[in-house]
Amino acid sequence: MTDFTNEAPPIKVVVAKPGLDGHDRGAKVVARALRDAGMEVVYTGIFQTPESILRAVIQEDAAVLGLSSLSGAHMEYAIDLCRMLRENDREDVLFLVGGTIPDDDAEHLKSAGVSEVFGPGSRTADIIAYIEDRVRAAA
Amino acid sequence: MDHVDEEVLDTERVRRWREERLARDYERLPPRREQPTTLSGIPIDDVYTPADVEGIDPLRDIGLPGEYPYTRGPHASMYRGRPWTIRQVAGFGQAEDTNGRFKYLLAHGETGLSTDFDLPTLLGYDSDHDVYRREIGKIGVAVDTVVDMHALFDGIPLEDVSTSLTINAPAAVLLAMYRVVADERGIAGTQLTGTTQNDILKEYTAQNEFIFPPVPSVELVVDTMEYGAEVMPRFNPLNACGYHIRDAGATAVQEVALTIAGALCYLEHARERGIDPDRLAPRVSFFWNVHNDFLEEVSKLRAARRLWARLMRERLNCSDPRSWLMRAHCQTSGVSLTAQQPVNNVARTAIQALAAVFGGTQSLHTNSLDEAFAIPSEAAIKIAVRTQQIILHESGAADVVDPLGGSYYVESLTSRIEEEAVELIGRIDDMGGMIAAVESGYANQLIADSAWEQQLALERDERVTVGVNAFADDDNSTGIELFKNDPGVAERQMQRLADVKRSREERRVADALRALEAVAGDLQHNRMPLIEEAVRARATVGEICDVLRSVWGEYRPSTVF
Repeated sequence: MTDFTNEAPPIKVVVAKPGLDGHDRGAKVVARALRDAGMEVVYTGIFQTPESILRAVIQEDAAVLGLSSLSGAHMEYAIDLCRMLRENDREDVLFLVGGTIPDDDAEHLKSAGVSEVFGPGSRTADIIAYIEDRVRAAA
Repeated sequence: MDHVDEEVLDTERVRRWREERLARDYERLPPRREQPTTLSGIPIDDVYTPADVEGIDPLRDIGLPGEYPYTRGPHASMYRGRPWTIRQVAGFGQAEDTNGRFKYLLAHGETGLSTDFDLPTLLGYDSDHDVYRREIGKIGVAVDTVVDMHALFDGIPLEDVSTSLTINAPAAVLLAMYRVVADERGIAGTQLTGTTQNDILKEYTAQNEFIFPPVPSVELVVDTMEYGAEVMPRFNPLNACGYHIRDAGATAVQEVALTIAGALCYLEHARERGIDPDRLAPRVSFFWNVHNDFLEEVSKLRAARRLWARLMRERLNCSDPRSWLMRAHCQTSGVSLTAQQPVNNVARTAIQALAAVFGGTQSLHTNSLDEAFAIPSEAAIKIAVRTQQIILHESGAADVVDPLGGSYYVESLTSRIEEEAVELIGRIDDMGGMIAAVESGYANQLIADSAWEQQLALERDERVTVGVNAFADDDNSTGIELFKNDPGVAERQMQRLADVKRSREERRVADALRALEAVAGDLQHNRMPLIEEAVRARATVGEICDVLRSVWGEYRPSTVF
């Protein structure tokens, strides 16, 4: 029999789509890749508000939040969420943003509290490796 | 006579060539790929010969341009008579901003207009919505009332220029607005040409901009089709879309099958309401995605045309030849664009645009090189327009009709795509049609699975994307100037909405909305005249959609991935 007792529990990830943007191909592909990599993934679906996303992170006690935006409204939603995570003492959450994020915006987001930005063409393998490294390092 | 020694290119001869001649080459230089496939995963042979088109009847299956089954094109003269319409989609900020972009595009040789609306408009919310105001004017133009629509088309001769409105869930409202703008400017409905996108089924399967549940939404589409046939008979109220289905991850076959199954669904619902499909079908147009695999895309467009003609004639028993022919707009593939080395997107787009032309499109949007990031800049969109003009005027592609017709490969692939699409439409029929395929999650899962397969192929390096998983630069800065949204748009749009609300006749608005509410639940009652009256009264998109929400509810499906 395999001994599972020494295995770490799966990393819990909330993948979220804020606002009215319906482009969810990337969110779904990333959610599936993380699930296949053994993580526990909650995909919120589309039409989420920063409040509903924060609620999902807290309720699920997620270690990672992946926010996907392709509507140009990434700055507003992501910066709101950075502030809300801080106000709720959940700065420990590894906050990743994906989608069509121009370089300048990515720099702003990182200085506001986003850990990393994964733009178009990112490999899911790199996203998985990044999450595993950071979450294991923090544990 | 003795023909024994005469060499013919039959199956036996081809078999010998493969075993003797081709095998020798492969011994020296093994094939680069074990089993090459099209981008959509259809296995392809090394070479195509007459043996591959044996089952294809040149008369029955290929025919002549402008004749059933329209494989070679919906019109006889095609681009020798009239070039395709250069139609770049535009939309950002307030109506005035987009109006300026329209005029810029027309001044640079665009020949038709196309409008993208912002997310609040697409989802039936007004610009004063407390959460969604941050999306005002970002990915399209903000339209709250017919006053915005007037500003959007100010100075543009609607009697001469065809206009596409990329709107779905609230398409009935925007269609009425377009008609009211023309009417208030003294332009007759019979003079209007263009389309509303209005294909709600693909919103559920691919683009996710839906409001109401599928059944009332499909009935509302039927309302617009019937209304269009009556008051603006040259306008296409339905533009059945494969574009978004493909960009969401579908294969070429799935794109064709899901789109056509959707178009059939609207027409069959109309027939159940006693509306003869021949009254509506001539004004159904299509919108295809043209992806990277050049010959697959050419074949796909030919296959879709033939399949539609056959279904309209044989399944819906349409007798008007105008009902049989598929007219289409094409857009180059957004999802094929790379954020890395973005200037390479000009080459991708040019190849895709050429495929659309060889495939016989009636109208074409070429993506701009910066669209993996933002609304196109003026400089980028000008290159996109110029790309079409170079194909039209310099390449020679527009001077002969269906030049790839008769190619063993293209004809064989055309038939293969048609056959596989027929099979998938049959599966959808078996489960009860497109509404059932949406509600069960079947169509969404199909697309999600294809998207996943494509991601795996990329990550395993089975497919090369130039500049991304091969020939990548160390420095990933884009080096291009991106379009920036004007931060003052939201405030100004909210102010305009407040002004309209202050100056309109509230009693008339309330009466119009109440009248709509009274009949909204009767799915056999055409609601368009009531929506038109609400629009004339300066009711907002959000107010009209709220009435329909209160009666029909909102659709919140579970998500599959």
